[in-house]
Parts: sequence; C-alpha cells; structure tokens
Amino acid sequence: MSEIETFYDVMRRQGITRRSFMKYCSLTAAALGLGPSFVPKIAHAMETKPRTPVIWVHGLECTCCSESFIRSAHPLAKDVVLSMISLDYDDTLMAAAGHQAEAALEDTIKKYKGNYILAVEGNPPLNEDGMYCIVGGKPFVEQLRHAAKDAKAIISWGACASYGCVQAAKPNPTQATPVHKVITDKPIIKVPGCPPIAEVMTGVITYMLTFDRLPELDRQGRPAMFYSQRIHDKCYRRPHFDAGQFVEEWDDEYAKKGYCLYKMGCKGPTTYNACSTVRWNEGTSFPIQSGHGCIGCSEDGFWDQGSFYNRVTDLTQFGVESNADQVGMAAAGVVGGGIALHTAVTALKSAQKKTQTQVSESEEA
Amino acid sequence: MVVQTPNGFTLDNSGKRVVVDPVTRIEGHMRCEVNVDGNNMITNAVSTGTMWRGLEVILKGRDPRDAWAFTERICGVCTGTHALTSVRAVEDALGITIPDNANSIRNIMQLNLQIHDHIVHFYHLHALDWVNPVNALRADPKATSELQQAVSPSHPLSSPGYFRDVQNRLKQFVESGQLGLFKNGYWDNPAYKLPPEADLMATTHYLEALDLQKDIVKVHAIFGGKNPHPNWLVGGVPCPINIDGVGATGAINMERLNLVSSIIDRCIEFNNNVYIPDVKAIGGFYKNWLYGGGLSSQACLAYGDIPEHPNDFSAEQLYLPRGAIINGNLAEVHDVDVRDPEQIQEFVDHSWYDYGEPGKGLHPWEGVTEAKYELGANTVGTRTDIREIDEAAKYSWIKAPRWRGHAMEVGPLARYVVGYAKGHEDIKNQVDGLLRDMDLPLDAVFSTLGRTAARALESEYCGRLQKYFFDKMVKNVMNGDSSTANVEKWDPSTWPKEAKGVGMTEAPRGALGHWVQVKDGRIDNYQCVVPTTWNGSPRDTAGNIGAFEASLMNTHMERPEEPVEILRTLHSFDPCLACSTHVMSPDGDELTTVKVR
Repeated sequence: MSEIETFYDVMRRQGITRRSFMKYCSLTAAALGLGPSFVPKIAHAMETKPRTPVIWVHGLECTCCSESFIRSAHPLAKDVVLSMISLDYDDTLMAAAGHQAEAALEDTIKKYKGNYILAVEGNPPLNEDGMYCIVGGKPFVEQLRHAAKDAKAIISWGACASYGCVQAAKPNPTQATPVHKVITDKPIIKVPGCPPIAEVMTGVITYMLTFDRLPELDRQGRPAMFYSQRIHDKCYRRPHFDAGQFVEEWDDEYAKKGYCLYKMGCKGPTTYNACSTVRWNEGTSFPIQSGHGCIGCSEDGFWDQGSFYNRVTDLTQFGVESNADQVGMAAAGVVGGGIALHTAVTALKSAQKKTQTQVSESEEA
Repeated sequence: MVVQTPNGFTLDNSGKRVVVDPVTRIEGHMRCEVNVDGNNMITNAVSTGTMWRGLEVILKGRDPRDAWAFTERICGVCTGTHALTSVRAVEDALGITIPDNANSIRNIMQLNLQIHDHIVHFYHLHALDWVNPVNALRADPKATSELQQAVSPSHPLSSPGYFRDVQNRLKQFVESGQLGLFKNGYWDNPAYKLPPEADLMATTHYLEALDLQKDIVKVHAIFGGKNPHPNWLVGGVPCPINIDGVGATGAINMERLNLVSSIIDRCIEFNNNVYIPDVKAIGGFYKNWLYGGGLSSQACLAYGDIPEHPNDFSAEQLYLPRGAIINGNLAEVHDVDVRDPEQIQEFVDHSWYDYGEPGKGLHPWEGVTEAKYELGANTVGTRTDIREIDEAAKYSWIKAPRWRGHAMEVGPLARYVVGYAKGHEDIKNQVDGLLRDMDLPLDAVFSTLGRTAARALESEYCGRLQKYFFDKMVKNVMNGDSSTANVEKWDPSTWPKEAKGVGMTEAPRGALGHWVQVKDGRIDNYQCVVPTTWNGSPRDTAGNIGAFEASLMNTHMERPEEPVEILRTLHSFDPCLACSTHVMSPDGDELTTVKVR
C-alpha cells in the first residue's frame, strides 16, 4: 500500500492549506455526528491513510444507488471521487468500456489485493445459470465472486444488494439473491434503502477511510450510526401520533396541518433508517414531510408486506431509546419489559383490529 | 454473409468482429458487437440487452395503487417517470380525474427530471466520448477563460484563476497515478478533436454540473419527499398545499415554493449559460463527424407529454409533441393510438422469450412472456461464456416492439423530428436557430450529434415549461384552489369489477407506455413498453434492425480495438437497460419453473 498517497498528501498537493484541511476534518466529524475531540483523530487518519481503491460492480438493479451517491452534499461526490477514494472500476461512470474496462478491474484486483473495497449495487440472479445478468459475456455472479475474493470488505449498497429488493419480490422469477447469501467469507456492510440516503452512503465510506475499520454494525449487518432507530422515533410528526391526531384521507384538513400519517399506511413505526434525522437531498425533506407515508424501503422484504397503504399492525411499543437489536430480541421473546406507554396506544389497538382482516387478505396476494 | 434489411440497411458480417461488453456509462447492462471491413467501416451491428428482472411478473396480483412504487424501481436514473406513467395508467383504468394543481406539480416533476437527466447524461455519461480530460492539462488557463467568455458571456465562472485551479486539481489527480474513473480511457485516440482549452472548459463543467445536479432534484424532494424515487399518489400528488393556514410549515408553503422557484431559475441559467453553449462549442469541433443517424431520418415515434389540463392527453393539448413518421416522409405525421392493437406490437423471434409460434407480434394488452434463454448454433463460446453472439438466432433480453411493423427511434431527437415536422413553434425556432448558429443544413440533425443537440434544446425548452407550470400553479392557488388529490375512488370498493387503462409519458429517453388490467381490485396484467426497448431492440421477424444497430452502421472507426465511436453513438441514445428488459407474463407462474441451479 506504500505507493498509494494519503488524503493529506493529495489535499496538500491540490493546494489546500493546513487550515482548510483542519476545517474539513471538523466538518467531517460533524457530518458523522462526532464531537470536536474526534477532529485531531480524523486529521491524523487522513494524514497517514492512503486513497483506498474502490471497485463498484452492478448486478440486477436500477442504478438509483449510484444516482443517490452523486447527490451527496457533504462531502460532495466530486471530492469523494477525486480526493478520497480511487474509483477504479464503476461501469456506470468510467470512461473505458469492454476489454479496457475489464482490464481496469483485473489490474486493481491484482495491484491492491486484499486492500480494496468492493461496493456492490444490485444483486446476482441465480436462475438460468445466472444469465439473467450478463457482464463480459458471463454471469454477473462470476464477476461478483471474482472481485469479492481479494476484497478487504464489501459494501452492499441499497435494498437490492442487502436484501434483494423489487426483483426479489414474489415470485422472484430470476432468483435474485442478496450479496451475503453468495459471498459468505468477507465482512459485509449492508446499507439498505431504495436507495440509501446520499450522505449515509458517503458517511459510511468516509468512516471506513477515516477510522480504518468497519463501522459498528447491528445484528443485521447495518451501520448502527444510521440504522439503529425507527423513522417513527425521530419523526417530527411524532407529537401528533402521541396526541392521536391523524390524517384521515389524502389532502384533508389534517394533511394540510401536517398530522401523523399512520392511518394512511406509514411504515415509519417499523422502519429503521435515518430519513427523519439526516433527511434527503441535503436535508430538503423526507417522504413524511412531503405528505406521503414511509413505504419502509430499508426493511427486508418490504415489497411483500401488503399494500403500502395498509396500516402497520405489528407495532410494538418501545421507548425511543431502544435500538433495532433490542426491539428485534424482544419480539423474539428474549427480553421483555421496558415498554413505554403512550396515550395513543389504546387508539392504536382498536385501529389494528379494524384493519387486521384487510391486511391478511392483501398478504395472500 | 450479406443481407439486405427491409428498412434499408446492408448487413455484412464477413469482416473482423469487435465485441464491447460491458458497454459502460449507461444505465444497466448491455453488449454490442460489430463487424468492420478493411477500411474500418462498421458493416454489421448487433446490440444485446444483457439483463432481465421480471418486474411485471412481480406486479401481478398487487394493489394497483402500489404499482407506481414497483415500476418506479424499473429505473433509478429516469426516476419518477415510470411512477407517473403508472398512476396515469391506473387513473385511466379507474376513471379518476386529478386536480389542476396535481397536474401542474406532476408536470413540474417530470420536466425537472428531463432537465436533470439530460444534464447528467451530457456531462457525466456522454462527455467523455468527445472531451479528453487528460488533454486539458495542456490548456492555457487564460486562453480557456477567453474561450469561455466568447462562447458564454453571461457565465460568471470564467476567470483564468478559476480554470487554473481546476487544472491544478486535475493535474494532481492524474499525476497521483490513480486515475480512477479515467483509467484505461482512450486518451491518445485520434477521434478526440478538441483543443486543450475546450477540453479544460468542458471538464470544468463536468464538475460544475455534478454539483448542480444534486440541487436540481430538490424539486422532487419537496413534492415527493426524496430523490431518487420520490413518492406519487393515484388520484393526485401526496403533498398538500397550505400556504398560510395553521400547520403550513408541514405542507407546501411559501418557503417551499420559493425553493422550487429558485431551482427553476438555476436550471434555466445553466441551460442558457453552460449546457447549450457547450454543445455548440464542442459540436463545432466535430461538425465533420456526422455519423450515427440510423433510423432518425426514416422512422420516429413520440407519444407526447406535459398536458395543459388534467387527464387531457389529446395531441393538441400536449407541450411535447405526439406523432409517428415512417419511410422518411416528414411531410406526413401520423397520429398514434396506443390502444390500437394494429399499431404497437412486440416480436420475440430474436429475443430470449417464446410466444409458442414464430413470427407472431402481440399488442401489450395481449402480451405474453416466457423466458427462453438459448444461443444460436454459430455462437462462439459457451452458454455461460459468450465470446461472439449469433444474431441469426435469439440474442437479447430486449423484445422488438414495432409501430405498424416499423422499427422506430424514440427519444429527444425523435420528439424534435416529430415536432419540427408538425411545425411546433418552440421546437422549430430552437432547431432553426441552432443550425443557423452552427452553419449546418437540416440534414445534419439526423446524426449522433443531432441526438445530443436535441437533448440540450429540450432541456432548455423544459426549463421554460417548468417555470410556466410553476406560475400556473401559484395562480391557481391564488384563485382559491389548493386541492392536490381526488380521493373519490381511493377505496377499492368504488372500482368496477374489471377495468383496463393506459398511461403514457415522454421519458427522458423517449416514448414510454404502461398498460394495466385490473380485476377484483388487483392487477391482473401489467405491461411496460419502454424507450430503450424501442431503441435497443434486436431484429424482428422480417429482419428489420433496431435504432441502436441502425445508428452504428457505416461508421468509420479510427481504431477498432478502441470503441470510442461505438460508445459515442450508443451513448447519444442514453441507453437504459434496466428499463428495457423486463416483461410480463399473463400467467406469471410459468416463469417460476425455469431451471434453478
């Protein structure tokens, strides 16, 4: 790795002053939700760490993850690509094609054996010998296995790579399969969402570069810093939920007042993501703020949980301090108690009963 | 072997075979093979869609109000356009009329997508076919500044110091030895014609556009909550309008409108000051490279889009034109009826699907799809390691749609050819103005560069339309109408037992249609025929080649082993393979029986 330059080398050579560099480090610390005491650590890391090569492969997907990635505001996508990582293979953005593209891939795998990050967007289909997704005349799954073999770690971008997403929804005609079911001998970081939030994507990469380690992951393999709490827990409309104030139909007077969208099918209460805190598109909005319920796009199998407009019925009442693992374990009967009661619970329970039949019907579909 | 196609091309596959796989800087997965003769002219072209996801199979039995979310995931690049097409199809089936504000907001979102998509396409997917960032290192920043001020006097970012900074950054990047995305590019290929100053200017705009594009889509975030993949609603739009009442901070209010308005202005500025001048400046150095016309001078199709009034899709009420041109006769523009089973049919003789009998074409209402992956006898390689494909047999995951039997080109150039032929005033003025500025004849439009230029002109036109619909919505709210959704038929109990509908849009890449059948409150059948299915289609039963293939014919390659020219022309269509390769079986179960290994 010694031939690779450090962040700091690159930034200095680009004429960035020490002062600007330190400012950049404090912004990074803030973006990652870290206190000022971390600034010198980030600076030290950037002074000594090289630009890490990244190979970004695409299976069955819609490219929304790449599109989201280039929306990142802090850091800007251009700074990530020019100064932080070395994006040596990405068929969506790279100049070369065909043989020259494949050569770039091979070159990186050889030269940086064991030291590159493999980012996977989409997933491999396994039916029809994998030929529902062909790269270089061969099944994508071969390219995936090949690139994974010498990777330092794998990032599963989005719902496709993490869980399967829309092409894996019933009846999953191509047998689209998430990455961790094909690659089992490498550390995998799942960054779910359809797509994930831009700053969550760049936040995960920057964290790995800065601290030279994987972020803390929950039991499902998601970075705890972004996926440990439900959207509902930090939703700015939560007070309306607690007060029993709900939108009853689209565009009614309660919708105009910004009441809770629970009755319109919002999946915020069962979805772990950072939408209600980080928000989308440089903090411009997030689905609930713009009047539509959350559809739960960062959850496993969210396409097959009935209509997006059916009410959530498996709402377990936990305090906002609970994280995904605690809630998951409680649901599995491992721990109990610690349930915070809200005024809305009663209203919720009766609402649940009313919709129960409707939900089970739709789940048959 | 030499073959004459019914649509006028002479295919000769005797020369050297060149294979490009993967074709990069596109959405999804695609392969291209060509034959070149002794003079390095392309004499045969084969385009293969190399992915299939089966989305419409998955839609069967779902709630039609959910379909927008599934179909939106067909493509994350033209995000939103499938969702809009889907809600239109469902509303057509169920007889739902949307409020005027919802029509304006949907138009703003669709136009916003066109602008975003066109700019990202030009700068981040297409520019590297014309622009050499390595050559930019040799530029004189002062001369670059003069060039910038000459081509676009109003663009504020034009000082020598500004260009020097960008050049320094680029220089350090290249010298680091880690070329990243630029690695293995064709930087010493003589096909690149720009002087270093133009290369530096364009590379600088690559970075400016990368910063801008993240702001453009904030319009989607405001009305749809996020981008990519904003939220939509059958019956209108999900965002309520509350300008000044209690709780206005949680709805579309004055602050939100101001943000939308400021972004609309920035789109207009960028189109006028950067995008259009760049296309003219770069195009000026490639005026002699007028390859790639393909089907554009013969057969163009557009469904039309951007309705003035809610639910009114009659041709005269649409801002983007509708019509079909065949046999190169621009004097006659045929009307298009997507419901007519005689007009649109899909063929699968060269696609990896089976209709049970050869030579059959099916209208989307009757669409059948059964995956059938098999390779021809003359394939070089194996079933899972294709080295050269056999185009005499099945060779693509894309079907071959035809309009009255004709292979058609769709997309910005097709829209502009149809619009020009119909005498669409805005389009005619734009095209005539550009040709005059560049001193080119009308025929020059039918080319790779024509396709690229039409996209830029359309971005500019869409910028103006976006402003028009914003003002229209504000005026409507001022007049006391803040309604954004019609919920009369939200409840499935209000629906007929059976219904069918069609939704149409002009996606950034061309004519897009969704056909839905609803039975007992569930989706019974769902079909999408998308732009890249038209453009990227394989041969049909009669042997007509599709638009990608046609456009590559008779192109000269500087170095056949470096596919710059192939990439240039394919990219000019902005291919979207995830869009094009997904199909529906009326009996979805059959597909689950394919072999599992």
